This record gives sequence, C-alpha cells and structure tokens, in this order.
Amino acid sequence: MKKLAMKLIGACSLLLLFLTGCTNKIAVLNPQGPIARQQYHLIIWSVILTAFIFAVVLIIFIYVLVKFGRKNNHAGYDPNNHGNTKLEITWTLIPVIICILLAVPTVKTLFALDGPPKPAEGMSKKEAITINVTSADWKWIFRYPDEGIQTVNYVVIPEDTPVKFNLFAHSSMNSFWVPELGGQQYTMPDMPMKLWLQADHVGNYLGRSANFSGRGFAGMQFHVLSKTDADYKAWIQNIKDTKPALTMSKYEDLLKPSNVKTSAFSSYPKELDKKDNKAMKKMNHMEHMDIPENHMDLKSQDNDMDGMDMSDDSTKGGK
Amino acid sequence: MIENIKSFLGSFFVTGDPMIYGADASIALASIGIVFYLTYFKKWKWLWDEWLTTVDHKKIGIMYIIAAILMLFRGGVDALLMRAQLIIPNNTFLTSQHYNEIFTTHGTIMIFFMAMPFIFGLMNIAVPLQIGARDVAFPFLNAVSFWLFFLAAMLFNISFVIGGSPDAGWTSYAPLAGLKLDPGVGENYYLIALQISGIGTLATGVNFLVTIFKMRAPGMTLFKMPMFTWSTLVTSIIVIFAFPVLTIALALMSIDRLFGAHFFTIEAGGSPMMWANLFWIWGHPEVYIVLIPVLGIFSEVISTFAHKTLFGYKAMVWSMIAISVLSFTTWLHHFFTMGNTAMVNSFFSISTMIIAIPTGVKIFNWLFTLNKGRIEFTTAMLWALAFIPNFTIGGITGVMLSLAPADYQYHNSYFLIAHFHNVLIAGTVFGVFAGLHYWWPKMFGHILNERLGKWAFWVFMISYNICFLPMYFIGLMGMTRRMYTFPSGLGWEPLNLIITLGAFGMGVGFLIMVWMIVYSAKYGKRDTTGDPWNGRTLEWATSSPAPEYNFAHIPQVETVDAFAHMKEKGTADSIYKAPFQAIHMPNDSGIPFILSVFFFIAGFGLVFEWYWMAIPGAIGIVVCMILRSFKDHDDHHHIPAEEVEQTERAAGRLS
Repeated sequence: MKKLAMKLIGACSLLLLFLTGCTNKIAVLNPQGPIARQQYHLIIWSVILTAFIFAVVLIIFIYVLVKFGRKNNHAGYDPNNHGNTKLEITWTLIPVIICILLAVPTVKTLFALDGPPKPAEGMSKKEAITINVTSADWKWIFRYPDEGIQTVNYVVIPEDTPVKFNLFAHSSMNSFWVPELGGQQYTMPDMPMKLWLQADHVGNYLGRSANFSGRGFAGMQFHVLSKTDADYKAWIQNIKDTKPALTMSKYEDLLKPSNVKTSAFSSYPKELDKKDNKAMKKMNHMEHMDIPENHMDLKSQDNDMDGMDMSDDSTKGGK
Repeated sequence: MIENIKSFLGSFFVTGDPMIYGADASIALASIGIVFYLTYFKKWKWLWDEWLTTVDHKKIGIMYIIAAILMLFRGGVDALLMRAQLIIPNNTFLTSQHYNEIFTTHGTIMIFFMAMPFIFGLMNIAVPLQIGARDVAFPFLNAVSFWLFFLAAMLFNISFVIGGSPDAGWTSYAPLAGLKLDPGVGENYYLIALQISGIGTLATGVNFLVTIFKMRAPGMTLFKMPMFTWSTLVTSIIVIFAFPVLTIALALMSIDRLFGAHFFTIEAGGSPMMWANLFWIWGHPEVYIVLIPVLGIFSEVISTFAHKTLFGYKAMVWSMIAISVLSFTTWLHHFFTMGNTAMVNSFFSISTMIIAIPTGVKIFNWLFTLNKGRIEFTTAMLWALAFIPNFTIGGITGVMLSLAPADYQYHNSYFLIAHFHNVLIAGTVFGVFAGLHYWWPKMFGHILNERLGKWAFWVFMISYNICFLPMYFIGLMGMTRRMYTFPSGLGWEPLNLIITLGAFGMGVGFLIMVWMIVYSAKYGKRDTTGDPWNGRTLEWATSSPAPEYNFAHIPQVETVDAFAHMKEKGTADSIYKAPFQAIHMPNDSGIPFILSVFFFIAGFGLVFEWYWMAIPGAIGIVVCMILRSFKDHDDHHHIPAEEVEQTERAAGRLS
C-alpha cells in the first residue's frame, strides 16, 4: 500500500512541477489577453479548491490503510460501526460550501465574457474591430467587413483592442480555439455565433479547430498575429495593394473540401457580407422572437463533394 | 457483368490496407478454428443446449462477460493503434480515414459493447442471488436482451471488413454524420447496431426493475437490500428513462440517412444542435448507467474485505438516488461552447457541480467503511482501493470542467479525454475487474490466482496513470481530441510518447489478466464452501458455482448483510436443509437466439439499404414473436425434490 501512496505523491509533485515550471509551453496556463486571463484565474481558483478536497481524501485514505491494514494488530476493529450523523453532515456541507465558492465566480465570469473585455485600469477604451470567421472543410476563412479584405488560415489583429469574431460554418461544425487568447466557441451551420478575444501584446498565437470535422481536421490550424496599431494599418494597406481580388468562383473553389496554405485577398464579393449579415440578423431575430425560420441559404449548402479526393499527404502539407 | 461484380465486391469488402487483409485472414482462421473445434469434439449440441438456448441468469451473465472481454480486446487494440499513430509527430502509420474509423469504433465499442454488457453480466450473476431469487422476473426476455446485444455487437464489428466502419466519432454529431458529408454504409452500421442493442438494453432495464421490486426474498425490504442490488435498481430506472431518447435520436438519424429526411441537417430546416441535445440527454445518464452499478460493486467489495458493515448505508442509497436524478439535469455541459446564453450555461454549470456533493458523500463513506476495519488486500480489494484516489482525480477534474468559462478552454481537448478516461477506467473498468475477481468463484467454483491478479493490477493501474495523467497537460497545451497526427515543434512530443508507453503498459496488464484466467481455470483453488471471502450477502449462502435453482430453500431475511447475520445466528444452513420440495423453473428456448439472428439479418439489410434482405428479416422477427406468444402455457418445468437433494449432496452441503 505504501507503493500506492508514493505513486500518488509522485503524481501530485508532477502536477506542481507543471503548474510552476514550464507554463510557457502550456498555452492555457499562459494567458495573453484579458479573456484568457479571466478563464485562467477561474481555472487556478478551481485547482486550489479541488486540490484541497483531493488532499483530504488522500490523507484519510493513507491513514486508514496504514492503520487498519491486515498486518497491523486489530486494535480498534469494530465490524458494526455503521454510521455517524455528525460526520456525514460535515462531509455533505463542506462540498456544498466549495460548490458555492466555485459557482459565484463562474456565473460572474460567464456574464462578463458575454460582452467585450473592459479596458484595463488607466487605459482608454479602444474601438472594437469585427472579423467574420467561416470554417469550411478544412480551412479557416477570415473576412474584415470594415476593410473589405480576406485572409485564409491566418488572421491579423491590432494589440490591446477588443476583437469581435462572428463565427459561421460552411458545412460541418468546427470549434474556433486560440488557447492563449481565450476559450473556444463552435462554428455551426444554422447558427452564427460570436466570440470576443483580445491580445495584450504583439505576438503570434496558434489556433486550431477543436471539434472533429472529418478527414482534414488535423490540419485545421491557423495563426493569430497581433501587431501594433501602426503595423496593423500598414499590413492592411499592404494586403490591399499587393494581393489579388477574390472572385465568387475562386471563393467557391476555396469552399471545396481540402487543406490549403495561408493566403490573402485584397477584396471579396460584397454578396458574402450580405449573406453573413442576413444570417446574423436572423439570429438576433430568433433570439428575440423565438420563432424558427426555415428558409436557409440553400445555395451555400449545395456544394457537392467533388473535392473529396484529397490525399492524406495534402492534409499534412497544408499547415 | 464481371466488372459489376468486381466493383461491387470492391465496395462491399474493405480493401487496400494490409492491416485489413490481416484482419480478414485472422477472422477467417478463427471462424474455421471454432467450427472445427465444435465439430471435431462433437460440441454443437452442447453449445446449443447449454448456452445458445439457456435462460439461466448465471449462464447469460457469463456469456455477457465473455463477450465484453472480447470487446475490451477489440476496443483496446483500437486504442493501441491510435496511440501507435500518435507516438511521433507527422506519423504515417495510419491514414486520416483509418484513424477516424478507429477512434469511432473504440469509443462506441467500449461504451456500448464493453462497459454496459460487462456490467449487465455482473448484474445477471449477482442480483438474483443477492435478493434470494431463482432467476430474473422475465428469463426469456433476459435471453433476448443478451442475444440482441451480442448480434448487434457482431453487426457493428464486421463493419471494418465489410463496407467500412463509421467515422464521425462515437457521438456521431450531425451534420458530419449526415449523408452528405459522410456517404457510405459506415454510419448506418452505427445507427442500426446501436438501435438493436438499445432494444436489448431497455428490456434489461425493465427486467431488473421488476426482478428487484417483485422477487426479493421474504423479509428483504428495500432498505435491507445489498448495495449492488440498490445500484442495479437505480441504474434500471435510469435506463428506462434515458434509452427511449437514444432510440428516437437513432431512428430520426436513420430516417435522415436512409430515406433522405433532414431532422439534423439544415437543408430543410433541421437542426444539428437537436442531435447534440438528444444524444446527450441520453448520453449523460448513460455515463451513470455504467458508473452507478460499479459504485455498488465497490460498496460490496470494500465492506467484505474490510470485514465490516458498510458505513452510512442510508446515505449511500440516497446519494445514489440523488446522482440518478441529477444525471438528467446536466446534459448541456457537453456543449457549453455551442452559443448558449450566459444564463443557460450558469444553470448547467451549477447543476453539474452539484453532482460532486453526493459523489463526495460516497467517497467519504467508503473511507469510513475502511476505518476501524480489518482490511484484507485481495486482488478484488486492490481494484476497489485504487478506485478511490484515481476516481477522485477524475471527479475533481470533472468539477473543473463544470465551470463553463473554464470549459471553453478544456472542451474537446485532451484535458477532457483524460477526465472521462479517469472516471470511466478508474470507475467502470476497475469496478468490473473488482467484481470479476469477487464473483468469479460464484460463477465457476474456483478462485482467480491472486499472485497473477496482483501483477495484472499493478501493471495496469500504474500504466493507466502513465497514460492518462499527461493527457491533462497536453490538453492544456492545446492538443485537441481526434487529431490523427500532430505537427512537430509544439512541445507535444515527449508527452505523446509517454502516453503511448502507458497505453501499451495497459495492454500488458490486460494480457496478464487473460493469462491469469487461463491459469486459474486449470490450477485455481477450488471453492468448496460457497463462501470464499467470508461474505455478507446472500449470494455467498449457496454453493459455488450456484446450482441452477440458486437456493434449495428461499432464505428468510431479517437485516442488511443478511448472510453475515445468518452466520452469526447459526442459521446459515437453513437454505439447504432437508426435506426438499420440487422447484419451479423456466424452460430453455431457442427463440431468443433465432429472433436476434433475424434482427441481425434485417439490420444488415438496412445498413446496405437492401430491402430484399431487410424485409424478410423483419418478417422473421414478427414470426418469432408470434411463436413465442403461443408457447406461454409450456414455458416452465419443475425440478423434482430428489434432484434438488442430489445436487445439494454433490455440492457437499448434506452430510
């Protein structure tokens, strides 16, 4: 039994090592923006409280095994010891208290995450930007409706600025996740969604899809580049000046199932914005009216599966 | 013409992968071997009379467990293939498609065809004995349940050599599992096989509910029932409420796929999220269907080997009931990240973390059952003891996951994978292993070898931690589930390597266990007393293996731990004292097996949309039911008193 105890102590120290040592590599424990930081604080708070419970269980467990293991004398053996109301009430109430201690910050954080992140103390509020994200099999498409540009499999944001990602799905569901900037949200074909993220500093953050979407799923990785305001503006201008325009037929090619490399376009067909807005409006309408509407944009769903002949090599090629 | 046949065969059989050809060959060889063995040793009649037609709950239990161990092997091989693929970055051992099929079948098989049948097997063996009954309430239906499960499992398993396996995950989320994004027969296998085995499961739920309510020995009130019987009762109720939801969900998706409806795809106004809701309204209670029975097993094993009555019996029962009710109020926590309002997520966060309270009560009650006991470290007890800390890790990470904002960071990452394997392995798997060791003497009349059992325990349990603890960290690093490969340079390599080593260690543990079973069959210590562990409940009052009729006389129950009480009072021999009377028993029947074969035929036809095959299969099902309805008058027989006396004498019970 001592072996078991040693192993458990080993496991715990491993846990501590990870929590204190190499957090840089552990994206979730290395928050780089206010959203991720709120979630990080909640995670640490829950680790502390649950580790307390685990420690109590472990101490009692080791105590009873050492004290009442068969090899010891039978002092204290009491086969009819069948209960103790006071003790039982105690170990019902303590978890109740812990649940309350967890529930209050959970609910607070949930409501806080619903809106844009508040500016840090002493900082002036910066205008939020909006980016429309579409997941298609198996790539991420980013459209900047205010700038009229589109990128694929990477997205550039200004540092210290709240970014509202509107999330759409072309066919299967995916989940939009950039662990260092904040938790994920699904992209769903029948329901546009939103996710607020913000980066504290200039940096390069890895994102990926967290919901399985078929053969090319493992390649659904993208980068979020955070730049200074000046660099961000320069980047947009550069895209507008140097990249090709996206035509509707090119866009439809892009939607076909495949893994692709990163790319950027100086403009995209305006009807895509219209479609996105219509879906958003319908969503808002549904939230208020609670009446489902059945007419969906059939055209966007009517893509045939001709592109399915991708080989597995191409999955790995497209980063 | 020949071209047509060629192209048909090419799509009918899965081709192109040497591993699949290997599987084809091994399936063919194993089948030939079995047929040869049965023919050469003239065992066909024995197989039919003793096993295929039996309605004896103990034999059905044994068949459930054999099938579950086979499925554990199959699901385990799937797991090892996945881990072999993920041992290094950018590995090409498996293709994406092959990997997707394997993780789908791994999950589906482990839940539906390993965990549940293993548990049903132990219920079948122990519950009628624990309540002093001669069989379950509906023995015929019990056989139907088993054969439906077994043939559904076979139907699901042939998918990897015939037609192709499902590849949309065991959760089979729409729209990915819809016809457009996933053409082919794979998903049909999933839908039809689970539907067939689900019918069997629902029948099992009804069967055990009625058995426990109506067939308890005189004097055994509800609050004098053994804890495993209580857990079975609670589980049966969850099954009855949860499984119809799965039935409906599977039926709707089958209609989508086979007849072109759009319940779960948006083309005609369907909703993919509806599938997520229906699936998890069944799926979360399902987690407790495979967990609550093992909580009962742990209570039995811990109390027996601490040689002490269970601490806080009533609290144990009420906490189980509380968990079963709460299990229906938490399904949404499986998709906190699907755009719910803050209010909705708050509700489900809190309803989820509340489950920790009754679960915590149970953990402390087990700890205090050990307190003031005389703990005996048998293999069964080791599995039960290991459950406490290992399951607690799964429990506290479950609480961490219940915090919706934090879940946004854990969802679908390896953190989640680590969590549910921590509860399902430390809970369900440790539990069925504990139960297997504990009840093995009652099933077969000998004790499993303790030395090999302990080796298997330590190898498996340590490897399990090596495998799953690193997953928490690799999840926090951003690795998501169901990635068939991962890029290098993200710092994921060392942990993935460790995880794979742990997985193979568990495989070694499993092999030791199989060797232990084979070795014990030959050299295992015989159990001549019927009570090898100094047990406390009624299954230990009869001889090992239990006779067909279970008890020569139905026991009289006065307290909890009825058998311990009888031994104290010196009345333990009251159940096998002469004179004996004739005992009324159900007749064997071939109909459950034949009925299930028709289900298999109809199911296979539906998978391939071959209605010329499905319709005759369906007719066969109806004919079997009609035949059964006419056999009501001669479905039982009496074992004469003399035969009962002979059996008891042969078991050494009469001097």
